[in-house]
Amino acid sequence: MGVQMNLISKERLSKMGSMEKIRMILDSVKEGKIVVLETGLTPEEEAKLIEQTMLEIDHENFIGIEVESYPYKEKSVFSRLFGKKQGRLTVIGPANRLKTLEKQEDLIKALIT
Amino acid sequence: MGLLTGLRKRLRFIYRLLLRKDKLKIGIYGPPNAGKTTLANRILRDWTGDIMGSPSEIPHETRRVKLREGVKIQVDGKTVTIDVVDTPGLATKIDFHDFLKYGMSEEEAKRRAKEATEGVIEAIKWLDDLDGILLVMDATEDPFTQVNVTIVGNIEARKLPLIIVANKIDLPNASPARIKSAFPQHQIVPVSALKGINIDSLYKAIAEKFG
Repeated sequence: MGVQMNLISKERLSKMGSMEKIRMILDSVKEGKIVVLETGLTPEEEAKLIEQTMLEIDHENFIGIEVESYPYKEKSVFSRLFGKKQGRLTVIGPANRLKTLEKQEDLIKALIT
Repeated sequence: MGLLTGLRKRLRFIYRLLLRKDKLKIGIYGPPNAGKTTLANRILRDWTGDIMGSPSEIPHETRRVKLREGVKIQVDGKTVTIDVVDTPGLATKIDFHDFLKYGMSEEEAKRRAKEATEGVIEAIKWLDDLDGILLVMDATEDPFTQVNVTIVGNIEARKLPLIIVANKIDLPNASPARIKSAFPQHQIVPVSALKGINIDSLYKAIAEKFG
């Protein structure tokens, strides 16, 4: 049986609120899907995602998530002016199916089982 | 002249009153088993003669935030008073099966896992009440973990002063340089909280960064 991957574009993400993104991620991951976000989440959204994940761990079917993203970079004029951090490509999956093999500043190797 | 001096003193007092705090809340953050409680114990033992809690090789030993107020650190004649906030290890997953390996019953392991999830939430919520962070990383491990990336991102977003503590340098495969290359924009202080190696450099960094 294959693993479903949902690849969410930058455009679609920009139209979603923080909780909307988190709900979409957790609903998909709890169904065993892998979610790929083109622009990732902000640090605050990542913290909220962890909080919400902790609330939903049931110690039987859902033990948490594996998140893979590159470190944040402040590159745009907007980010320099306002200190807003742009998320980068992020992969999120169920902790029991997605495993990190190797992670560097600009390279992530992961295994889906 | 006396009037001007008095005015200056009064202005300085108002400035301190409005913009500075008498003591700073410093959070000790990091992934499970990085040595957060060992570091908190080292700081407290050196400056108060007390300890914060018992460290353990079992992950998520600290499952509630622990606060110790009014720790005075003196370096080169300068005194910094901090409240030390020892936080539970941050994680994106908590599997009770991991605790069974340490000989716990299933019931005990599940209870620990539940408390650990609550501890992670509490640690994240505390980020809003802190004045500075000591982020503890295990120098023998790969620093590019998602937890480290997320914590650093959140600290930067909140513009909190940060010192990364590269812990466990007493172990043969420790590499603080790897942490430095992963987070070059931040100050890294290599220490062994357990053995007290280079701990004076950390106190100096705390006084300079948070004082």
